[in-house]
Amino acid sequence: MRELEYPFDGELILKKSKKLKRALLEERSDFLEKKIAVLGGSTTHDIIRILELFLLEQGIRPVFYESEYAQYWQDVMFDNPELLSFAPDLIFIHTSNRNITTWPSVSDSEERVDGLLSEQYTHFQAMWEKIAEVYHCPVIQNNFEYPFYRLLGNQEGVYLQGRICFINRLNEKFYQYAREHGNFYIHDINYLSASYGLDKWADPLYWHMYKYACCMQAVPVFAHNLANIIKSVFGRNRKALVLDLDNTLWGGVVGDDGPENLEIGQETPMGQVYSEFQGYVKAQKDIGVMLAVNSKNEYDNAAAGLNHPDGILRPEDFVLIKANWEPKSRNMTAIAQELNILSDSLVFADDNPAEREIVSAQTAGVAVPEIGSPEQYIRVLDHSGFFEVTSLSEDDRKRSEMYRANMARKQQQERFSDYREYLLSLEMRGTIRAFEPVYMARIAQLTNKSNQFNLTTRRFTQAEIEAFAADPNYITRYGKLTDRFGDNGVVSVVIGRKGTAADTEVYRQGKTPGAGTASGGVLHLELWLMSCRVLKRDMEYAMMDSVVEACRDCGIGTVMGYYYPTAKNAMVKEFYQAMGFERTDETDTGVTIWRFEIPADYEKKNTVITVEKGESI
Amino acid sequence: MSREEVFEKLNEVFRDVFDDEEITVTDATTADDIEEWDSLEHINLLAAVEQEFGMKFNMGQVVSMKNVGEMADIIISQIG
Repeated sequence: MRELEYPFDGELILKKSKKLKRALLEERSDFLEKKIAVLGGSTTHDIIRILELFLLEQGIRPVFYESEYAQYWQDVMFDNPELLSFAPDLIFIHTSNRNITTWPSVSDSEERVDGLLSEQYTHFQAMWEKIAEVYHCPVIQNNFEYPFYRLLGNQEGVYLQGRICFINRLNEKFYQYAREHGNFYIHDINYLSASYGLDKWADPLYWHMYKYACCMQAVPVFAHNLANIIKSVFGRNRKALVLDLDNTLWGGVVGDDGPENLEIGQETPMGQVYSEFQGYVKAQKDIGVMLAVNSKNEYDNAAAGLNHPDGILRPEDFVLIKANWEPKSRNMTAIAQELNILSDSLVFADDNPAEREIVSAQTAGVAVPEIGSPEQYIRVLDHSGFFEVTSLSEDDRKRSEMYRANMARKQQQERFSDYREYLLSLEMRGTIRAFEPVYMARIAQLTNKSNQFNLTTRRFTQAEIEAFAADPNYITRYGKLTDRFGDNGVVSVVIGRKGTAADTEVYRQGKTPGAGTASGGVLHLELWLMSCRVLKRDMEYAMMDSVVEACRDCGIGTVMGYYYPTAKNAMVKEFYQAMGFERTDETDTGVTIWRFEIPADYEKKNTVITVEKGESI
Repeated sequence: MSREEVFEKLNEVFRDVFDDEEITVTDATTADDIEEWDSLEHINLLAAVEQEFGMKFNMGQVVSMKNVGEMADIIISQIG
């Protein structure tokens, strides 16, 4: 919705929030429901009101638990049946420098200041540890913003007794904790308040009148920034940045002006602006964003522009280049298809409002920011938070490389008339094992972002994934696939629970029996997913073989599979049939139930991937 | 801006904030007259009024304001 896309009019959002909420709820129905506990050290009413809008905009429908005023610490540290039964999917701790209980004074010794620092820090640390122990859910914690006055003036950050120094040191301790603990994310209100303007942000009227840690007008900026972290944690980040060329990546029109006359490089102020932008775009690859081009151009002209000696981006930085005279909306659809991602994973940057309009009207789901004039491109893309980083996995850093390898595979495929010959020529090696600590983050990430090849679309946090791995009632498998063109990383996840035939009824209703229920001779597949980057490589057969082997090792003879239909997973509707299961039931909501009796003479289904044997659990 | 014009604009703000097209405010309107007007919505209302008229209430004014008539008086005194 235009009103909620950066750059937005915060005051309009505040004023019309009720109307906007109604419109958002009417816009779609496939929301991801999430329970979010907001534990405040100051008033949180309007933060929740506006946060809800930005989450709905991201397709997440929140249910909130709101602590009583300033009870953030007590709510966690003391028995709290209400919060326990709420069972949050995520906890947000909204504290600010107004919650620092003791500040150093100018006459304090260094030891005394260190003591105060440690006292403030352990207050928070104890709470985080309690959350990790009791709630096992992701935590988002505000850092501290700078105070709005400086007793020691410009030396406030120099002297240990200064409040700015104190906040810097405390923030660093928070960051250290975040570096050492997964599932713990900083909400950087120190940056946000600076970017917004600290004097306005910290207007004391809002604290003394209403106990608000920031001014009302800053709430939309705050909520937008926070919603970005939340959607990223729940796998709703965008994946690819698609760019126009002329007047977007350089000044001028390459086909008319010729590559030698483009504005790019250090010669002119405009050239410098485009250079800085190209550098920013190129760096997106390092956080796992795929780059593509969608431009009305002859291909050769586009390539000449991208090979400009003063340019920073090169043709090989892009996983796809669509330079043609097709409508850009059609190119966007093709890009999504070729990358095997959905169009709601794409961001399109184009200087031309008419092109933006066509893409946004014709290709549902694509984010099409109003990027403004060239010197504003970076700020708009950056503050929009399309690619908000919450984890930097090896896979993220290598994503572009992997897609390039996929292109090479495609070319390889064209050389073979027999598909099996082609698969063999890839020299695939798989590793299929029970969940292991190094891959927990990636496994959780996959459960949150796989939509298409996903039988049950159940979303899990890293803590839940770790709990499955540790529970003997569960059989877990991750699959990693490497071939002669490169390493695809972890691409498939299966989770099965050992239970009884009677459990089928529970799964039929889309629920799970939960922990502590009886174990039996039937394996119920609670999750089976695969990344679309390895479609048609027979990896699913290798996973099936491994599941069967694990079942045999613990005397299980029956495997039950469930398909829960969503708007996005039609491609696996008949998946279990292909795996040799027999359909036993179908509900009026389209849920199908499948059974596989493991035959004594089960023959391995995968014949093209060399699988490294897993430790059986 | 005349007092009538101020009230016309105030009506729009109230209707937006409380999402109710039926609202018409007068000099004597107070929080008791509008069901959803509680202390939390009050903050939002004042922010919306400030934005509409391009002015700011100071703390003393916020604390002492008794009804919409007084709100209008402050607005008129500030925007002239």
